[in-house]
Amino acid sequence: MFSLDLLLDAVVIGVLLGCFYGAVSLGLSVSFGLLDVPHVAHPAFLVLASYAVYFLNEHYAVDPLVAGLLITPVFFVFGLAAYRLYYETFEKRGSDAGVRGIAFFFGVAFIIEVLIILQFGVDQRSVTADYVGKAWRFGDFRIPYRLLVAFAVATVLTVLLTLYLSKTFMGRAIRAVAQDEVALRLMGADPLKVKQWAFGIATAVLGIAGALLIIVAPVDPILDRAYIGRTFCVVVMAGLGSMSGTLVAAIILGVAESIVLTLFGASWAPAISFAMLLGVLAVRPQGLFGRRS
Amino acid sequence: MTRNSMAFWTGAAVFLAAVFVMTQVVGNQYPFFAGYVILQFIALAVAWSILGGYAGYVNFGTSAFYGVGVYSSVFLVKAFGAPLPLQILAAAAIGALMGLALGVLTLRMQGIFFSIATIALTIIIETAITNWRYVGGAAGIQIQRPPVTAPFENYVQMLFFVQALLVVLAVAISRYIQNSWIGRGLQALRDDELAAECTGVPTLRLRLLACVISGALLCAVGAPAAMYLQYADPGSAFNLNYSVTTLAMSLIGGTAHWSGPIIGAILLGTTQQLLTVTISSEVNVLVLGLMLVLFVVGAPQGIIGLVGRLRGKKEGGA
Amino acid sequence: MTSSDAPAPLLRISALTKRFGGFTALSNVSVDIRPGERFGLIGPNGSGKTTLINCISGVFRTEPGTVLFGGEDVTPLQPHQRTRRGISRSFQIPRPFRSMTVAENLMVALDFAAHEHVSVGQRQDSMMSILTQMGLGSKANVSAASLSQVELRKMELARAMATHPKLLISDEAMAGLSSSEVDEVLDLLLSLAGRDITIIMIEHIMQAVMRFSERVMCLDAGRIIALGTPTEVMADRRVQEAYLGT
Repeated sequence: MFSLDLLLDAVVIGVLLGCFYGAVSLGLSVSFGLLDVPHVAHPAFLVLASYAVYFLNEHYAVDPLVAGLLITPVFFVFGLAAYRLYYETFEKRGSDAGVRGIAFFFGVAFIIEVLIILQFGVDQRSVTADYVGKAWRFGDFRIPYRLLVAFAVATVLTVLLTLYLSKTFMGRAIRAVAQDEVALRLMGADPLKVKQWAFGIATAVLGIAGALLIIVAPVDPILDRAYIGRTFCVVVMAGLGSMSGTLVAAIILGVAESIVLTLFGASWAPAISFAMLLGVLAVRPQGLFGRRS
Repeated sequence: MTRNSMAFWTGAAVFLAAVFVMTQVVGNQYPFFAGYVILQFIALAVAWSILGGYAGYVNFGTSAFYGVGVYSSVFLVKAFGAPLPLQILAAAAIGALMGLALGVLTLRMQGIFFSIATIALTIIIETAITNWRYVGGAAGIQIQRPPVTAPFENYVQMLFFVQALLVVLAVAISRYIQNSWIGRGLQALRDDELAAECTGVPTLRLRLLACVISGALLCAVGAPAAMYLQYADPGSAFNLNYSVTTLAMSLIGGTAHWSGPIIGAILLGTTQQLLTVTISSEVNVLVLGLMLVLFVVGAPQGIIGLVGRLRGKKEGGA
Repeated sequence: MTSSDAPAPLLRISALTKRFGGFTALSNVSVDIRPGERFGLIGPNGSGKTTLINCISGVFRTEPGTVLFGGEDVTPLQPHQRTRRGISRSFQIPRPFRSMTVAENLMVALDFAAHEHVSVGQRQDSMMSILTQMGLGSKANVSAASLSQVELRKMELARAMATHPKLLISDEAMAGLSSSEVDEVLDLLLSLAGRDITIIMIEHIMQAVMRFSERVMCLDAGRIIALGTPTEVMADRRVQEAYLGT
């Protein structure tokens, strides 16, 4: 039966989960939200990062979070290269780039899925660490440590990225490129370089986010499909490109998923993010905290 | 009838006759199993292009329509023991309604947002079916085939012929649209919606029309799949692979001409069938991804575009 | 020029207002345009000229205010319905159908807006005669994406003409053209006006407006500040102020 305790439990878990969803959506908030890249392969990059973390953890017993930090520079360079390819083939050519771009990234996502399957098989994989599998107990409450770790790291990551975008020259340039390319040129910055750098950052963040993903729950090669809904839901609901909005939107999603899970069971969970996404697109396409339409 | 139409309908008749003769002559079942899948993808790609190609609204919800087609058959068979033609007709009707709903979405969103919304729609419908016990829920459901009707000796052979009929229907509709004022109107609204509207094109009505026709065909193509597999489960019926494969086939072939999706579907579909048999179904998805990326990057107008460019060069040189 | 037995207006705009959020782009604009008139619409940037055109062609909904065309209230109609009634326009920044040839661009108009029961052959003839008249006869089978700026402007007018308009609205069809090209387009518009087509011309090039228009209306900040013969309007102090920005 439904009880207040159960609801409170669901909300607490939902908030923690939400912060984690925020962390895995940050990169997309930059790439899709600020740069308008239809990056449907974002979740596939995320899962790829999880497998890299798994590999380091399994074979070299590296702590998952440290592993996440280790792969961050690799992902940064990967992001630079990926944007270059995207720019040369789509942005430069102009018209209907969005539509062909989304097809392109779907292709990339499928390639990543298969490469992971060929390398690691279709089974679920998880990491080992002190905080995985244990829980913090407080009366009747039971909160898994892995969620607390994810929550803490996600919060730090969001704060850091927000600070980076608002305090540093490059960060401000990235925000400017989304709004006014001409102003940026006047500042003496090359929009292409700025965008490429931004995409690099967006991809680098996925190193840590991928570690969180595999800390929170085991991953499988096609987990990215579920996260297409979650990440795009968060970014669109946040209003494209708003970092603080991303966190708030992610918490709303996390709480909604958690409550539905408690009330109706796991089989309805996959639809929550997509339903919210569809609702936001239909009712308020500029997002809840949006800066533009 | 113009000479062009004569040639087209003669070709269609020859194709159907060949398919029919094949079902009567070939004893081995494998060609029908594989051929059915290829025919199914030709029909899907052609149907998809009516909205995705001509009108430029890139629909990632092919799997939603296909899956609903499958499950409307499942429901009709389980509830009423409905015969195959009725399953297909009912699926087409439901698909038309879904298409209408999709058309209403185009009022609010364009471009990539429309595409994302169609993915969302797919997962939402899939989740609903997963939670619908009557049609088997997440575990799926077995379906009994009724006895096959003459002149066919085997149910799969009959399905193969039925799917060939659907291909001809889809192609005929797509070709008609392209050559008529509807096609020109869709092309105009794809290029510039506002300019089209100000040139007298009723853009909303045409968009709805394209959505309804495309949706009805996509659903109808999915309907016989329940009988083909004798089994249905939400995970496979709504698999995103259908959406991406269909899109890839259309893009690879080229969407500027009705024959593009056919070429793309034959090329990619045959390759995939061969790979599934010889290597594995994973490699088959890899090839899908690689071909999609290669064509989108290297030949954005697809094979039709490549051929056109080659011809243009020749004419320019001569 | 005006007299008591003047014909009913072709276009009657009454008390038209258009707001975008808190910004009022047009405020209580009323004007009658007579059949066959050559009407110039001027005003500084952002004065509401294009907004007015968008309200007449149906791109924007007006609230409040009505647009009467040929005696019929077209206010609730969508752009394509207005086009079929005979209101046609060009765009300030040309909007060709890029994947089509010039001929196909015109065929869209002939297919959808021109009057029914016309055979394909007649449409072809009609299209070729419009193209020839616009000086685009040799470009019929060229891709619209490869046209030059002046050709694009002409094609926009040709496409608008192919809808068989009673009223043609030309939105800065001469912007960015050389002076000889301006004369070319102006001559085209004058020749169209000679054929019983009412024309509203929005233009920044004063010389062209003066030469073309029978009457001129000047908008500033969404209001009509002057309406009369070209000489009257040019002599108006408020018009001069609006343009000089004093």
